[in-house]
Amino acid sequence: MTRYTAPGQPGAALQYLPRYDHWIGGEFVPPAHGRYFENPTPVTGQTFCEVARGTAEDVERALDAAHGAAPAWGRTSAADRAAILNKIADRMAANLEALAVAETWDNGKPVRETLAADIPLAIDHFRYFAGVIRAQEGSLAELDDDTVAYHFHEPLGVVAQIIPWNFPILMATWKLAPALAAGNAVVLKPAEQTPASILYLISLIGDLLPAGVVNIVNGFGVEAGKPLASSPRVAKVAFTGETTTGRLIMQYASENIKPVTLELGGKSPNIFFDDVSAARDEFYDKALEGFTMFALNQGEVCTCPSRALVQQGHYDQFLADAVARTQQVTQGHPLDTDTMIGAQASNDQLEKILSYIDIGQAEGATVLAGGHRADRGGELSGGYYVEPTVFQGNNSMRIFQEEIFGPVVSVTSFADFDDAIKIANDTLYGLGAGVWTRNINTAYRAGRAIQAGRVWTNSYHLYPAHAAFGGYKGSGIGRETHKMMLEHYQQTKNLLVSYAPKAMGFF
Amino acid sequence: MTYQDPAVTAPQVSRVAVTPTAAGLVQELYAAHGPLMFHQSGGCCDGSSPMCYLAGEFRTGASDVLLAALRIDGVPEPVTFWMSAAQFERWRHTHLTVDVVPGRGSGFSLEAPEGVRFLIRSRLLTPEEDAALGSVGPRQA
Repeated sequence: MTRYTAPGQPGAALQYLPRYDHWIGGEFVPPAHGRYFENPTPVTGQTFCEVARGTAEDVERALDAAHGAAPAWGRTSAADRAAILNKIADRMAANLEALAVAETWDNGKPVRETLAADIPLAIDHFRYFAGVIRAQEGSLAELDDDTVAYHFHEPLGVVAQIIPWNFPILMATWKLAPALAAGNAVVLKPAEQTPASILYLISLIGDLLPAGVVNIVNGFGVEAGKPLASSPRVAKVAFTGETTTGRLIMQYASENIKPVTLELGGKSPNIFFDDVSAARDEFYDKALEGFTMFALNQGEVCTCPSRALVQQGHYDQFLADAVARTQQVTQGHPLDTDTMIGAQASNDQLEKILSYIDIGQAEGATVLAGGHRADRGGELSGGYYVEPTVFQGNNSMRIFQEEIFGPVVSVTSFADFDDAIKIANDTLYGLGAGVWTRNINTAYRAGRAIQAGRVWTNSYHLYPAHAAFGGYKGSGIGRETHKMMLEHYQQTKNLLVSYAPKAMGFF
Repeated sequence: MTYQDPAVTAPQVSRVAVTPTAAGLVQELYAAHGPLMFHQSGGCCDGSSPMCYLAGEFRTGASDVLLAALRIDGVPEPVTFWMSAAQFERWRHTHLTVDVVPGRGSGFSLEAPEGVRFLIRSRLLTPEEDAALGSVGPRQA
């Protein structure tokens, strides 16, 4: 076991500044109104830095900087843009531990995840988009002997990106890497729950980008997010969050006739067919881990496998083994490398999770494990910890229909294939799903029948670049983590060229 | 522990109530901003939170239902409480109470800069409430 030193203590992998301003035009810039808000760590509940409380004036200043930088950045060759993205990746790799500790301290998630997943995935994401922009080509269509249609990709210009708090650096990277690769300038607003790690990241990599290409405005949604999302000066808005804000952003975008991409969450089913239990082998062990993935990142994942559907033939034994596996999940100090589950990101998140544990029991669901707030003692008593919780109930209960965004899984049984698909699709959302079976035909049919943008098959919670991620139904619009995201940040320019020397003959 | 309503400001059978603390916050927000509305969110991150906006800021439409027009002391205009119709179909058996907790809210909800967050607490409707409300039902936008 390794315990990383907390920021603020001597010898920590990084020290946060006591105060962070906005990042505008390649430098830290104080907020126009001079106001700041306190940023606590969910690990202990104690404030560790102040962050600029931005307003419309700051958004305008950031948009000025972005508009100033966008034309030259858009003309920069793909090779040069890719080289910068690769340098960002290299700089992040050289500071992997510092970034991992920064992310854990701001968000509360265990450092084993930030070391092994969040930061390495972010690094690879920059490299992936550095690669695909080099390989992207326009097209031409030879319409007839004299007429050619050329199609060019052009950047949109200045885009707005609103980042969630569950994977602050990784989600910022999912949006920044394709936007920058495509030649756009960005105004980005981090979540007010977790602003600091992104600001630490920009303090590491900011010098690699031309001034104004990336601008970060901090603050609250209503004060800074709204003027950004509703600005006629942005060519596109990208948002990850929840449905009401997603609809509001679409409404603002409709006023300006701008496109949006939205990722709004899910209520992802994780389906375990009877044949999973045909042997007690490595695959069975992997499936049990797949069940327990609901606790990854404290359940604060848009694709949390928060509905487990277990076939009736092996229901009792599989569920008993799965509950036992859940009870082995180690909760503790997020900076311990042995800790598997850390703190929820905020107090209101903690309260919301507890309110769902409450209504779940009121609706008659049975708690098979957990079900309480966890007091970890000592300095952690002020943090926001919840026991990994397993409910048994049915799909009409609210705990089966709403993304709790906590370490809570709701389990029910199904009779056969058709029943599994019916339950899996009985949801407003369609972001992720899991299918576990030893039969490739079952796996294929189930994967195709589930209405969700990604179906993990005999796996879960993998987020590699080059696999498209995005939602069906109420889960949103667009596909991230894949080269197809480039086109969400590009215009198509068609040059329709006639090489015919003669007039058309109309006039 | 099962959640019990505290003294709430809804006098008769209703789908939505407001705790005294939340009512106080609504009063403050009304004084600062003007007439208000709620729209109940779903989905991830800050999903499941009731979002509080200036009345009319969020455009409701045929896909929304109005669950309540909340009467709050000191606030002349009723505060409407909306939800998407599809979500309501999955929530309609429960009674909702708007509460408030310390927190760092997200979304564009008006209270977030105050360091507090509206939160929904839920309980099952009683059979009597269900029968009474069933005959009324929420109206379409």
